Amino acid sequence: MTPPAAVSRRKFLKVAGAGAAGLVIGFYLPTGSLAQQKSAKPAPNPFNAWIHIASDGRTTILMPKSEMGQGVMTSLPMILAEELDVDWKAVTVRQAPTNPDFYRHGTGGSTSTFRYWLPLRKAGAAARAMLIAAAAQSWNVPEGECTTHLGVVTHESSKRRLTYAELAQAASKLPLPDPEQVPLKKNDAFTIVGHDTHRVDSNAKVNGSARYGIDTRFDGLLFAVVARPKAFGGKVLKSDFSQARLVPGVKDVVAIEPLPEYFTQGGVAVVAESSWAALKGREALKIDWDAGPNASESTETLRQQFRALAEKPAQVVRNDGDADSALRASSRTIRAEYELPFAAHATMEPMNCTVHARQEGAEAWVPTQDSADARDTIAKITGLSADRVTVHTTFMGGGFGRRSMADYVAEATQVSKAVKGPVQLLWSREDDMQHGFYRPASYHRLAAALDDKRNLVAWKHFLASPSIAAFLEPERGKPEGTEIGGAGFIPYATPNYRIEYALARSGVPRTWWRSVEESSSGFVVESFIDELAHAAGEDPVQFRVRLMGQARQVPHPANGKPLETDRLKNVLQIAASQAGWGKAPKGSALGVAAFYSYRTYVAMVAQVSLRNGKPRMERAWVAVDCGQPINPLGVRMQAESAVVYGLTAAIKGPITIRNGGVEQSNFDSYDMVRMDEAPRIQVHVVASSEEPTGVGEPVVPVVAPAFCNAIFAATGERLRTLPVAQTAPNLG
Amino acid sequence: MTALRFILNSRLQSFGGDPQMPLLWVLRDVLNLTGTKYGCGMALCGACTVHIDGEAARSCVTPVSAVAGKRVTTIEGLSPDSRHPLQRAWMELDVPQCGYCQSGQLMSAAALLSRHPHPNDAEIDQAMSGNICRCGTYGRIRQAILQAASQMGKARGR
Repeated sequence: MTPPAAVSRRKFLKVAGAGAAGLVIGFYLPTGSLAQQKSAKPAPNPFNAWIHIASDGRTTILMPKSEMGQGVMTSLPMILAEELDVDWKAVTVRQAPTNPDFYRHGTGGSTSTFRYWLPLRKAGAAARAMLIAAAAQSWNVPEGECTTHLGVVTHESSKRRLTYAELAQAASKLPLPDPEQVPLKKNDAFTIVGHDTHRVDSNAKVNGSARYGIDTRFDGLLFAVVARPKAFGGKVLKSDFSQARLVPGVKDVVAIEPLPEYFTQGGVAVVAESSWAALKGREALKIDWDAGPNASESTETLRQQFRALAEKPAQVVRNDGDADSALRASSRTIRAEYELPFAAHATMEPMNCTVHARQEGAEAWVPTQDSADARDTIAKITGLSADRVTVHTTFMGGGFGRRSMADYVAEATQVSKAVKGPVQLLWSREDDMQHGFYRPASYHRLAAALDDKRNLVAWKHFLASPSIAAFLEPERGKPEGTEIGGAGFIPYATPNYRIEYALARSGVPRTWWRSVEESSSGFVVESFIDELAHAAGEDPVQFRVRLMGQARQVPHPANGKPLETDRLKNVLQIAASQAGWGKAPKGSALGVAAFYSYRTYVAMVAQVSLRNGKPRMERAWVAVDCGQPINPLGVRMQAESAVVYGLTAAIKGPITIRNGGVEQSNFDSYDMVRMDEAPRIQVHVVASSEEPTGVGEPVVPVVAPAFCNAIFAATGERLRTLPVAQTAPNLG
Repeated sequence: MTALRFILNSRLQSFGGDPQMPLLWVLRDVLNLTGTKYGCGMALCGACTVHIDGEAARSCVTPVSAVAGKRVTTIEGLSPDSRHPLQRAWMELDVPQCGYCQSGQLMSAAALLSRHPHPNDAEIDQAMSGNICRCGTYGRIRQAILQAASQMGKARGR
C-alpha cells in the first residue's frame, strides 16, 4: 500500500508538469496584513497560490489552510474561483504542500477568511487578466473587448471564444500583472461568493475514504503509545519494560525525554505491530513516577487562590474615569462573582502523528493546524534542515485550537527517531483528555452602578486566571494578553470603566480553545449585563440597545477592528425578532446575548424549558454579521456547531484537577452534548458587503450567557458558575 | 492458532491473530479499513460503529472472536458507490463538518432505518444518542435521516 495521496510540493510539480497539456500558473502573493505586504520582499520562488488548469478544463485550486471541519477547504477556493471566473463545478480542491515561503498555513483565531480574502481575490483576478491577455494577443484585439464567463474568454463582436484550458499555456508565459492594480469584481457581481455552496469534502466523509491523520497507513508502519506522568510536570523515577516487551506484537519499548520547548511530558513509548498491541504493552509497563512540583494542585486549591488574589491589589489593565468612586457614590450597585472551569478540546480524532524519520530526510502525516510549525518541530528534533522534512497536512477530526500545539508531533518524531522506522503515535482518549492543553479556568468579580436614569455609570471587572500567555510565552510577561478579550471593550457606554487582572499559578497546561478568552468574557459580560437589565427593571434587549447608545465605534485593539455598535444592535434585533422575543412559548423562557469577537457580530436567543427540573435548551436563534459571507451555508453550519460546542461547555464537564493531574479520562466522566440534548437551531446570516470576517469561533461566546439568561427568566435563579449541571441540580 | 472467519463487506475474511483484539483494530490496523474510527475505546462515542449481522455494534469493545461466522459491514461496505440514501442525504444536507464521527453516525442511522423505516424524533434520539458529534451536526443528521427515510419509503412504494 502506498502512503496516502497528500501531495507534496515536489510531487505536485512533477504531476503538473507530467501532463503536456496541463499547466501550472503560479503567483507571488503576499498574504500578510497591508503593512506586511508593503514590506514583503520578493520571494526567491515567485509562487504563492496555485492554480492548475488541465487540458480538459478541470481547474485545481490548492488550499494551504488546515481543514478541521470549519469548511475552509470549500470557502477559500470559492474566493479564488470567483475572481478567476471559472465554473465552480469544474474545480477540484487539493491540500497545498507545506511551504511557509509561499503560504500562511497556521489555521486559528478565525482568521483564514479575513486574511486570505484579498490575496485570493487578487490571485484569481491576476490569473483571469493573464488569460484575457493571452486571448487578446491571439486574436489581436484589445483586452478591453474580451470578457470571461465560466472558464471561457469571449470576444463578443467577432464571436470568438477560447477556453481557459486552451489559453493556459500562453497565459502562463505572460508577465504577472501588478496584484495591486488588477481589477476586482464588485460584490453584486459575485456568482460563487455569497451563494450557498456544498462542501467539497462531503463525499469522502460519507464513505470512509477521507484520510485523517490517524488513517495513515503504509507497509512497515508501526504503532506507538506513550505512558506519561499522571501529574503535570511529573517524571519517570524507575521503570521496568520487561513485561511489556513480552506482550505479543510489541516490537520495542523506549524512554522519551520531556521537551519543554514543545510542552511534552516525556515518558515511555511502546511500539508495536498494531495500536491494540501497543495499548496492551503499555498496560504491562511498570513505572514509578515522581509526581513533580504540581502534585498538590487541585481544583480546590486553584479556587482558593482565585479568591485570595481578589483580595489583593491587581494589575490595572484599563481605567477610564474612576469606577471605584462612582460605585461608592451610587445608590444602585450590583455585584456578582462568576467562575468558569478548565475545558478540554476533546476533538473526536484524538491526537496522533505519523513520522518516518530517516538519515536523509523525514516525511510526516500530521493532523495539524500549523503544518509549518510541525515541519520545524520535526526538523529540530531530527537535526535535519527544514527543506528535508515533508509534512502532509491531513484531514482533522476537529481542531478547536488543540492542534496548534506541536507536542504530539514532537513525541512522534522522538519515537520514530528512536526506533529508526515509520511510527504512528496514537493518543488514546484517556491520553487526549488527561494530557492536553486546556481553556483556562477563571474567576471574575464584577461591580456596576446605575444612575437614576438607569444609565451605566460604572463597570468594574476583576479577573484571575492561569493565563495562556503565561504558559506559552512566560518570558513576554503579558499574562493578561490572552485572558480578557471583549471584556475589556464592552459596547455598553460607561464613563467609569476599570479592568483588573491577576495571574493565578497553575501547573495545568493551557492553550487556545475555540473562542479562547471570549468564551469566558462573553459569558461574564453578557450575563452581568442581563443582571443589570433586570435590576433596572428593563427588557434585556431594550436595555442593551439603549446602553449601546448612538451608533459609534468602540476601539478594540485585541481585534484590530473597532466594534461598530449599530452592527451589534442589528444582529441583536434580528435574533430577537426571529425568536419572537417577548412571547416565549408556554412552559419556557427566552434569554439573549450579543457579543463581538473575532471581528464578527453575533447575537443569540435561547429558549429554555425545565424537564424534570433540569434546564434544557429547546431552541436557539442566532444572527451573524461576518461581513460579506463567502459561503452562507458554511456560516450557518459553523453557527450550529458553535451552539452545540458552547452548550457542551455550559452543561457538561468540567475538567477538574486532583493531585496535579486531570481527573476526567473519557466521555463517561467528560461527556459531550448528544443528539437528544441538542436544540433546534435557526441561523440568520446578515447580507453584507463589508470585509468578510471569521465564523469558526465567534458564536461560541453567546451560547452560555443566552442559556443562563433564559434560565434566569424561567426560574429567577442566576447561574454564575459553569458548568450549570453542577451548580443547579435542583432547578425548578 | 486456527484462523477465525467472518464475512466482511460481503467477502469472506479470515483472521489469525489475537482473538481478543477488538474488531476496530483488526479493521483499522490489520486490514487497513480505516473508515471505521477510534474515538474512545469504551463504547461511549459511537465513532467505531459497524453492523454485525445487521445490528449496530461498537467495534471498539467487540473482540474479533465474537464475529466469527457473522456478517460484518463497515462504512466502506454500506454501499458500493456512496449512493446509499443516507449517504446521499448526508451530502445533500451538508451534514459532515470535520466528518470524523460520520462513519459511525451513518452506520447507526442505517441500522435505525432497517428497524424503523419511518422513525419519529424519539426513535432517532434513542438510536443516535450513543454517537457523539463534537462539531454538533445533530440537527442536520436528524433532517438527513428523515429525508433518507422518506426517499426509501417512496422507492419501496414504487
